[in-house]
Amino acid sequence: MNKPRVGVLLSRVRVEEKLLLAELESRGVETKVIDDRELVLAVEQRPELGVDVILERCIQHGTALYALSVFDAWGVPTVNRYEVAEICGNKLLTTMRLIRDGVPSPRTRVAFTPESALVAIEELGYPVVLKPLIGSWGRLISKVNDREAAEAIVEHKDVLGNYLHSIYYIQEYIQKPGRDIRAFVVGSETIAAIYRASEHWITNTARGGQASNCPVTPELDALCVRAARAVGGGVVAIDLLEAPEGLLVNEVNYTMEFRNSIDTTGVNIPAKIVDYVLEVARAAR
Amino acid sequence: MAKCPECDAEVTVGSDAVKGEIVSCAECGAELEVKDTAPVALALAPKAEEDWGE
Repeated sequence: MNKPRVGVLLSRVRVEEKLLLAELESRGVETKVIDDRELVLAVEQRPELGVDVILERCIQHGTALYALSVFDAWGVPTVNRYEVAEICGNKLLTTMRLIRDGVPSPRTRVAFTPESALVAIEELGYPVVLKPLIGSWGRLISKVNDREAAEAIVEHKDVLGNYLHSIYYIQEYIQKPGRDIRAFVVGSETIAAIYRASEHWITNTARGGQASNCPVTPELDALCVRAARAVGGGVVAIDLLEAPEGLLVNEVNYTMEFRNSIDTTGVNIPAKIVDYVLEVARAAR
Repeated sequence: MAKCPECDAEVTVGSDAVKGEIVSCAECGAELEVKDTAPVALALAPKAEEDWGE
């Protein structure tokens, strides 16, 4: 059987995409780079794409989501699947899936007006964290310590322009030990994990969090695989908080970055992703 | 080698660079996108938008 042909849908060739393309090339996989900025999808009919599977690596959630929706409707296998992008790209939908599957996560409230948001915040108790439903890299998330800050943040969100900012997603603040955990799930296995340490409460490596290896214990593996399944599975990065009562799943990312985690963990993450992509393509044949 | 569109410094781009790759200017730190490789052409990389990320 011929090797599957892989399309890589991307916006820019960052370190991650370069590593993935190099991995595909090293295996002699026929690879087609699809620049999402040049993409025109004549949606009425599935064209001959010349690939057996598409690895989505867009930098914009909106682009990824709608491109995947078309590929999904056409029956083109993708990593990740449209459903996974839809769920993981929205923090509320992710939370609801985690709750559905009994995956522990921080207590969350949703409100739709500034007034009800303040009620929800006070009901949860300070401090709380307000997050945009859609967004990444720790941007626009707010730790709210008291009523005055809550009123200010809620007012600002009310006038930010995008209607999504007026859907108030409010979580309890978890007292974590100066770090969180980022675990990488590929298929049915947690392949690696890192601690992200920071003196700041936001620990994203994109915001200066320092990565170090986190052993993948059976407990961590089981919880991460459950979280990945809850959102539809595939190649995902799970963010976890070490709460006093145990691990909580905070977020799930579907176009994961891993440049800081290869040397840190000793795991060839792009190779694992490519293994999975080829497996998906073969299964679809 | 190409000029940084932000500060006009010479930017060295690796021989394995590909179109769409992001490089940084060592002089001013600007994020640059490789628009072409033969010859190398650079443009300022777009600023992050609200739905950018993982």
